[in-house]
Amino acid sequence: MTHQPQEALVEPDAVGLGSSGDDPGEGHETVRGRGGRFTGYWLMLPSALWLALFFLVPFYSLIAMSLYDPTGSNLTGYDMTWHVANYVDTIQAYWRPLLRSFWYAAMATVACLVLGYVLAYAIAFKAGRWKNLMLVLVIAPFFTSFLLRTLSWKLILADEGWIAEGLRTLQILGEDGRLLATPFAVVAGLTYNFLPFMVLPLFASLDKIDNRLVEAAGDLYASPARAFFKVTLPLSMPGVVAGTLLTFIPAAGDFINAELLGSPNQRMIGNIIQNLFTNQGDYAAAGALSMTLMIVITVGVVFYIRRAGTEDLV
Amino acid sequence: MSLVADDDATTRDDQETSNRDLRLTALTKSYGSFTAVRSLDLVVPQGSFFALLGPSGCGKTTTLRMVAGLDTPTSGTITLGDRDITYDKPYKRPVNTVFQSYALFPHLDVSENVAFGLKRRGVKDTKAKVAEMLDLVELGGQGHKKPTQLSGGQQQRVALARALINSPEVLLLDEPLGALDLKLRRGMQIELKRIQTEVGRTFVHVTHDQEEAMTMADTVAVMNAGVIEQMGPPAALYDNPRTTFVANFLGQSNLLAGEILGPDGDAVTVSVQGTTVSIPAERSHAVGGKGWVGIRPEKVMIAEVGGEIDAPGNRFAGGVVTDVSFVGVSTQYLVRMPWGQELMVFEQNTGRRPIFAVGTPVDLSWRPEYAFLLDASQDAKAGVEDGDD
Amino acid sequence: MSALHRLGRWVGEHLVLALGVLVLVYMFVPVAIVGLMSFNDQASRNVYRFDGFTLDNWLNPCDPSGMCSSVVRSVEIALLATVVATILGTLAAFALVRHRFVGRGPLNTLIILPMAAPEIVLGSSLLALFVSAGFGGQLGFWTIFVAHVTFCLSFVIITVRARLSGLDDNLEQAAMDLYATENQTFWRVTFPLVFPGILGAALLSFSLSFDDFIITNLNAGQTVTFPMYVWGAAQRGIPMQVNVIGTAMFLVAVLIVLGNEVARRRQSKVTA
Repeated sequence: MTHQPQEALVEPDAVGLGSSGDDPGEGHETVRGRGGRFTGYWLMLPSALWLALFFLVPFYSLIAMSLYDPTGSNLTGYDMTWHVANYVDTIQAYWRPLLRSFWYAAMATVACLVLGYVLAYAIAFKAGRWKNLMLVLVIAPFFTSFLLRTLSWKLILADEGWIAEGLRTLQILGEDGRLLATPFAVVAGLTYNFLPFMVLPLFASLDKIDNRLVEAAGDLYASPARAFFKVTLPLSMPGVVAGTLLTFIPAAGDFINAELLGSPNQRMIGNIIQNLFTNQGDYAAAGALSMTLMIVITVGVVFYIRRAGTEDLV
Repeated sequence: MSLVADDDATTRDDQETSNRDLRLTALTKSYGSFTAVRSLDLVVPQGSFFALLGPSGCGKTTTLRMVAGLDTPTSGTITLGDRDITYDKPYKRPVNTVFQSYALFPHLDVSENVAFGLKRRGVKDTKAKVAEMLDLVELGGQGHKKPTQLSGGQQQRVALARALINSPEVLLLDEPLGALDLKLRRGMQIELKRIQTEVGRTFVHVTHDQEEAMTMADTVAVMNAGVIEQMGPPAALYDNPRTTFVANFLGQSNLLAGEILGPDGDAVTVSVQGTTVSIPAERSHAVGGKGWVGIRPEKVMIAEVGGEIDAPGNRFAGGVVTDVSFVGVSTQYLVRMPWGQELMVFEQNTGRRPIFAVGTPVDLSWRPEYAFLLDASQDAKAGVEDGDD
Repeated sequence: MSALHRLGRWVGEHLVLALGVLVLVYMFVPVAIVGLMSFNDQASRNVYRFDGFTLDNWLNPCDPSGMCSSVVRSVEIALLATVVATILGTLAAFALVRHRFVGRGPLNTLIILPMAAPEIVLGSSLLALFVSAGFGGQLGFWTIFVAHVTFCLSFVIITVRARLSGLDDNLEQAAMDLYATENQTFWRVTFPLVFPGILGAALLSFSLSFDDFIITNLNAGQTVTFPMYVWGAAQRGIPMQVNVIGTAMFLVAVLIVLGNEVARRRQSKVTA
């Protein structure tokens, strides 16, 4: 799951090639393209159907749901009234948690980028024969429950925990200062939980860099710092883009960290949506908020990738 | 010196039709508008070591892959003896391949790799044969190792053993030595030649290294842009190239523009920059008008102005040495002639006289029987940059 | 001067590695705490802190009511979802790498989208589907299963596709050159070489499914999976046995990964 997003974009688009009998690829396919001409369709069919039925159609359902009459309920059923006001109402009611989600996700992404770059760089260039082991270790925390790891942060950041005590002793934190139930705790939790999503694509990008390029930069009178900023960093930009997306998107939609480590003042949009669905049964509002989140993220991602593509981000 | 050896392969085939020669007839392979192999006719005599030589992209590997069954020809036929194998699946033909990158199965050990073909054909007890084959390629006792634990040269020999154990009628070698360093490559060339002689199978060897082709093969076919330019024993090709491409790709040549004056007995006379030179008729591949007079650099003699040269006739005066490269056994000169062209001269360092310095005025000469004459419509630089690395 | 210079170089050489290791350590602190808390002699369910050492949690993992049944349910769902996603995803990966067909390009894009959407949106949209299709009252095991297959599928296709397109074509051609039929080539060469990728995809699927909370929670109805049990317990007071389950899962996964890694090392790096 590391470098595949780029790979998928790089894959040549073969639409329409298969339709004519004399396509230029046929020559190479004498061995590889076994079976009949329809084998590809048969192999793809189950997954394509599944994704259509349980990924694409649900989006249609979600759009529909977001336009339901908000006075309906799960018991009485909903009427489709093209109630676009759902969007206006929910954004008016919940613009704070919405903005907060993006703000927290952005801070967590920046923190992940700093920590993740150091780790990915160390694995790619300094780990030597420990490279594989370190990569396994990056993924290994995933094998404990996400919730349990987040709960551990509750313990680490607890008011009577030694980090909070220590910070109070050092006067960095006030007498009654807390770490838990603050924006810091939520961002720290998000940073921790999504760090591997940053490290893996960064590593994939850094690992591809030919070390001789850095040496050549040194040979051409670049100091190590300049060599890093002029050669290594620009070449790792695909990893930076993929990593920031893979961190930011799930972080913006997360509500576990806000719920377990924050207070009601740190509620994110995920908390609201989840609450509207499961506790209040207000499906129309929940659907509208979900769609809003998706739309904002999609627009943001497209804009970000465009900018990244033109190298404005370098 | 056999100068008519060009057609040796075909004549031999005509004499014995019952053999198992590999015959390609009008073989063509196109990818869309690009033609990789253009109506190729070729006979590889049974038991010969045959080299397909050419620069990358000349179609030699495509030809090999069609023989192996890995690519399907656009048109034409491939026959082995009387059997048409043009459209047979790769696993249905008595042909095996040594791949360029060896393509050893990484999940199998050396013995399992070598036994792979036998097992697929239902041979039960492969142990003894595998051991024997590993001995042949001098890898006895290494059977339990995984391919990655071997050096490049060893992997190459496993690939060879894996193909040879099936006793294929034709063994195809796709740049088999390309990944090895120079010293190892020289060693393996001798080794391959030894093994071929020992097993007596037909080897078809694809390479872009002209030295390798000449060292190993009985017959070399020089391929360029999808067609075979010339074919024959290495010495015949080298001494009597028919095209500028062959003259430049197989070794190096000086090509001098000349006016063909006409036949004179067993020779053709040509005027080169005012000097009349003669070329044996059987080495003359141009008629009338202009022509390229070719001479190999090592056939050119060099002497101080007016000095004695042990090569009567064809003497050119007024040269100036412009570059000297000392390469131990020989010295390579570049000599600028009065008409501006720079000629290459290789001279053995016999110690008979000191090496000329840059700027020394010199005379050049060569024995007429070593020169050749090519059609002037061809590019004098064809095949120059395509030479081996 | 040169000694100072050398010191500078040494620090430069090792500082990044040291910092990287520190980040790794940071990633493991919570894991270690989960392990530690599995031995916690809890004084009160409402206070989440280490009160003393005991083996009781490990000896009686199923004491908290409903926890072990939630683990069993999660394992059942994860196994089923993994099997289905791995089979469908592997077939699709072969189609995408080995065959040309109309729509291959859009499909290559479609499969990354489920990974690019936030979980809360995926969960919402599936719930919207189930509700509008009249399954709103029957949320449970099967709706969770459907949701899990959907997000695992993308990961499987992408993992297997990467492995497959990294495979050297020449290996299969060599097999066919050595008298292996299409079937033999597939089962003797292609499949063994792709298998580590399939296994990795299956492991990933299992842990994604077992661990998922956000999507599951929206589509679970009254069914309780292990993450949902932990979530519920986090509101009421957490039994330390959840840490036993967490630690045990971690150890099993690490053993499998290490085993796989050792096997891989014994194999080769040619196809890597």
